[in-house]
Amino acid sequence: MSAPPVPAEDAEGTSRRRFLAYLVAAPTLAVAVQYGLEGTAEAVVPTQPQPADNFDLGDFLILAGKPTEDKLIVIEVDKAGKVHCALPREEVGQGITTAVAMLIAEEMDLPLSDVTVTLAPARPELMYNQLTGGSNTMRSVYTPTRTAAAATKARLLAAAAHRTGLSISRLQLRSGVVVGGGHSIPIGELTEAAASPHLAVPAVGVKDPSAFTLIGRPQNRKDARAMVTGQMKYTNDLEPVPGLLRAMVRRPPTINGTVKAILNEAAIKKMPGIRGLAIIPTGVAVLADTFGQALDGKEALEVSWNAGTVDAEDNKSILTKLKAVNAPLGPALGTVVEGEFDFAFVNHAPMETITAIADIKSGHGTVWAGLKTPIVAAQFIEDDLGFARGSITAHVTQGGGSFGRRLFFDGALEAARISKAVGKPVKLMWTRVDDMRHGRARAASHHLVRATVGGGDVLRFEHHVASVETDFRHGLGEIMTANGAAFGDPALIPISAGGDASFSQSVFGSTIKSPYNFGPTTQLLNEANIQMHTGSFRSVYSANTRGAEEIIVDEIAKALGKDPVAFRIDYAKDPRYAAVIKKCAELGSWGTKLPKGFAQGFGFHAEYKSCSACLVEIDARNPKKPRVTKAAIVGDYGLPINPRGLESQLLGGLTDAISTTLRAGLHIDKGLALEGSYSQFHYARQKDAPREVKIHIMPPTTGDPGGAGELGLPAAVGAVANAYARATGTKPRSFPIIFPVDFVPFTKNTGSTRVQPR
Amino acid sequence: MPSYSFTLNGKKVSVDAPGDLSVLWALRDKLGVTGPKYGCGINVCKACTSHLDGKAFNPCVTNLRDVAGHEVTTIEGLADGEQLHPVQEAWLQQDVAQCGYCQPGQIMAAVALLKRTSNPTDEEIDAIENVCRCGSYFRIREAIKAAGALMAEQVAAPGSAPEPVAVGTQLPATGGASVVAAAGATATALAAAARLLQFEPAAADGDLA
Repeated sequence: MSAPPVPAEDAEGTSRRRFLAYLVAAPTLAVAVQYGLEGTAEAVVPTQPQPADNFDLGDFLILAGKPTEDKLIVIEVDKAGKVHCALPREEVGQGITTAVAMLIAEEMDLPLSDVTVTLAPARPELMYNQLTGGSNTMRSVYTPTRTAAAATKARLLAAAAHRTGLSISRLQLRSGVVVGGGHSIPIGELTEAAASPHLAVPAVGVKDPSAFTLIGRPQNRKDARAMVTGQMKYTNDLEPVPGLLRAMVRRPPTINGTVKAILNEAAIKKMPGIRGLAIIPTGVAVLADTFGQALDGKEALEVSWNAGTVDAEDNKSILTKLKAVNAPLGPALGTVVEGEFDFAFVNHAPMETITAIADIKSGHGTVWAGLKTPIVAAQFIEDDLGFARGSITAHVTQGGGSFGRRLFFDGALEAARISKAVGKPVKLMWTRVDDMRHGRARAASHHLVRATVGGGDVLRFEHHVASVETDFRHGLGEIMTANGAAFGDPALIPISAGGDASFSQSVFGSTIKSPYNFGPTTQLLNEANIQMHTGSFRSVYSANTRGAEEIIVDEIAKALGKDPVAFRIDYAKDPRYAAVIKKCAELGSWGTKLPKGFAQGFGFHAEYKSCSACLVEIDARNPKKPRVTKAAIVGDYGLPINPRGLESQLLGGLTDAISTTLRAGLHIDKGLALEGSYSQFHYARQKDAPREVKIHIMPPTTGDPGGAGELGLPAAVGAVANAYARATGTKPRSFPIIFPVDFVPFTKNTGSTRVQPR
Repeated sequence: MPSYSFTLNGKKVSVDAPGDLSVLWALRDKLGVTGPKYGCGINVCKACTSHLDGKAFNPCVTNLRDVAGHEVTTIEGLADGEQLHPVQEAWLQQDVAQCGYCQPGQIMAAVALLKRTSNPTDEEIDAIENVCRCGSYFRIREAIKAAGALMAEQVAAPGSAPEPVAVGTQLPATGGASVVAAAGATATALAAAARLLQFEPAAADGDLA
């Protein structure tokens, strides 16, 4: 579809980055760029093996995407002068479409309202460069987007120069109009000329950050109006093809159970609105005119089942297995501060349950879903249906939350299987109970943490983690397999042949680091292979691993007779860390004297070239009903693109931490979670959220955007746990802290929520 | 197939469906009104919160037959054409939404609360049970307070000019710059506010027009 590349003419001057513009076939100006000619991937890879301090998972993903980076961002200008970009990433609430629009508007000197960013479908030519995860979107698209926007602007100016006979240096693009020499030409009038392959376009660089007028200034979400008026279309709100049957799936009473037989098929088919049944690998699909009727059919089904994969497991048996695989710490040498921690499974529980639309024809088809890994999804579905490569089109829809959940495309796969089985287009929706019990969860983990202290100092730090295996079979594993060796040094991203365990080690090693100078530091992961549906949850290993460490950090400070905040500042590896800790202590008035039963707590975390600190106050007068009453959070993102959006992400991380530290977790019982809805899985509500929250985003520190989406959670886990510990005089070790089965579980057989007490 | 008629966002509609079909699926699958969202189906997440005869209700646990002859308002019916309801305006100013999925329900719950009291206490706001899995609760709280203040102000001075009114919610400093939310209230928004507070609608409209 691309026209041949148009060589840019060499220009004198000071371009920091040279690039060539490619014209993409389109009725209007559409530009993709090849850039960074002087720099190659090899030049960017550090020559020495480095821990996550220097080379993290995000860097890895950026490198894996390098070969296709020139194709990543395509910017179009239409005849009305509006600018469009279909972003090959998934928006699930992070605000990336707004942030990318800001990058384009900044570079092209356009009003933000003139730029529309939508979501691109699966683009197989992008290979490893269409995965939304690892807090990596803005890190990976920052340079490609600015460069493509600068190239687009250059073509528009060149077209204006050609038309007016003026030199480009006399022309400027201002608010969508090229002005200069008495001329004033709206860019919409220039698109055809700008799209000419014969146009001479000089090489230009991207804007110097000192000239930024949008980047770094708070912007509200561009898609907010659609959300507050009910016009935002999530997957379930779409009717992209007529005659979509509503589909639900009756699922087994234990995880990964399979259908033996349907016992009352005839009776179900007689129910109002029911259009058919189909046995699929994950259960029995019920098709109907409305979801209400599909649900009635699903619950009335009588099915006999084969066993699942973890029918004998419960939280206790899983913890026993985790302890068995965790590497012991060895004999203590000298004085130690140590702790043994465990964290329960946590459901991602996005508000929009897994939903997908599929229209499968003979040998080809189309799916619509909130997909963070659409290329892998399409290929997996093609293989599953026995179709040729390239036969499935995967449209990416905006998702109602993810927190890692939509890395997996199980909904799209299931919808495709059902559509193929019944020969009709279908809209599939999981019930909340389906999502809680058969969806994905953050793997339960067990932690042995030990600091060796002596002479008023920390001499050594060890942390051994055991986790239920985290499933990375959504494309990340493939990226690592395909690219690990290419980066030369196995110590950089250690890839060994074999299953998920090696991917997990790689992810752990490239995301977990200690932010403190605690002497020789060991952080290890071992996994127990328990066949459950796990998946990366916001901040993957960091929430538990670093959360536990932040608790021990407080205990070390206490053992050494130091203030926890001052201690963190003294031992911080990086002056950026110390600055953030200091700022947060000020913002939250660290050291405020509080009544009995109240306390402050502090936490800090660094990942993906960013760092954040969190200070909370908790009311734990009733230790069974604690409430975080205040929070202060500070984030340093290297280069904050949209501080308003970053504040949102920190606020979300705080709420996740309050939930998972205090009350939200899953009880696995005989191979299935007992929790079936929000009345049972205690994610925070308004009554659990602080009434006062202050958030501060640090001004630019490095000039490059760091990770944002996951950063806020681990520091807040530490802060909440430490506040609880101080308020109650306890040492929290098992999370969530308050975790009774305080509800009557929905029946495991049908998952029915009828006639169930709240 | 029985047929049930009711008023939906000011218009008469009828649905051919069994009487025990939940209103949520009648709205979404029969009428194509998709603002109310499914999140649980059992009235615990409240994502579908809408209004029945002006009061908050949850379509997921209400049978179609029970709304026959009544007035249902969903998020789609809250704004007056292009003119947003003050609560929607406050939601925009506070940049509340992240994924946005729960926000139609949050907004309808907030409108119902502000109908009862324009100056809700923190305890009253705490009592809103709607789940926001993105955890935007603090901004929801601020938006409710901002909307309430705006609406009260306009009730106190119903004839005031439709100029933007700063609601004065000081947000945390950002990168050295403070962000002050200002809700641009215009005549229609004020009219909406007045209606919400159960002023004589025609009179309020007349005063403000």
